[in-house]
Amino acid sequence: MSDWPLEAHRAFRQAGVSLVGYVPDAGHKRLIELCHADTALKTVRLTTEEEGIGLAAGGWLGGARSVLLMQSSGVGNCINALGMVRECRFPLLLLVTMRGEFGEFNPWQVPMGQATPAVLEAMGAVVHKIDAADEIAPALTAAARLAFDSYAAVAVLISQRVIGIKSFQEQAAQ
Amino acid sequence: MMQRRDVVKTLLAERGNALVVAGLGSTAWDCTAAGDSPLTFPMWGAMGTAAMMGLGLALAQPSRRVLVITGDGEMLMGLGSLATVGVQKARNLAIAVIDNERYGETGMQETHTAHGVDLAGVARSCGFARTLLVREPGALEQACRLLHSDAGPALVQIKVRAEKLPLALPPREGALLKARFRRALLGEAADAE
Repeated sequence: MSDWPLEAHRAFRQAGVSLVGYVPDAGHKRLIELCHADTALKTVRLTTEEEGIGLAAGGWLGGARSVLLMQSSGVGNCINALGMVRECRFPLLLLVTMRGEFGEFNPWQVPMGQATPAVLEAMGAVVHKIDAADEIAPALTAAARLAFDSYAAVAVLISQRVIGIKSFQEQAAQ
Repeated sequence: MMQRRDVVKTLLAERGNALVVAGLGSTAWDCTAAGDSPLTFPMWGAMGTAAMMGLGLALAQPSRRVLVITGDGEMLMGLGSLATVGVQKARNLAIAVIDNERYGETGMQETHTAHGVDLAGVARSCGFARTLLVREPGALEQACRLLHSDAGPALVQIKVRAEKLPLALPPREGALLKARFRRALLGEAADAE
């Protein structure tokens, strides 16, 4: 099985990303640790995901490329701020771990998880859905090009098939 | 009570080469009335994200001073961002909250600051290096020092009169505002990226 967090971190660096904002998700645990450990990245813990939209937009104004890590539930917190991204044509790269989508154990995750692609697309973002670990880094590389070279908002959604957490007990043990 | 346009004009008179983010509504009009600049990014939406725009800019440009000028309603909507800024401890970031205790664009309804919420106190609790509440013109000089020179992050909350003033509108198109800012800051690199 591929070590996708390590490959994703490498893809960030190769894409020239210097700023990482995140609200944690169990599925992002190792990637967040890799980003914090990398002194070439400024890794910013957020209190809510929409802060990350401001962080990324402000970073781009200053010439920095960024990526935001979040869980699908956090996509809903970003909706109004995504209006600014579209109006200003700010590049935006989101890496979203899905919940409420495939084998979910928490019913409260299902509505936002099911709505996540539609919400992103409604606000003008391009959505790449990824179902296999070894597709994540190549998708991130392509998404970074689309974002930073073509001034697009791009969300890479990592399926629960990849994350594979099936119970509260498994999540707690992460 | 101080008049908001005078206050913002005073703050911006000493901006030097600072990068400015203007929160939506009256503070964007105040910044425009003081003199539009390509290195001012006036927001027309995304309420609650001005401080985070400032943080992203401050982290991307650590050698430049970044000044966020925003209103009390806008700041209240992004209260969590004060915690995020406090943790990052960006020394080059300063936030001026022009506090009329009202939502000025929607009918002058009172905000939480009219009912005791102390934004400078919140910033202090979040780990800001410098905070100040200003009620009198005599304290504006100290406010300018905090905003322009002292090591931040700094937040200055400035109480102003609640009044409707003539509009002073910056360009509206977001893509234009972004492009002019990046070109003014980054030169040719803005288009090479």
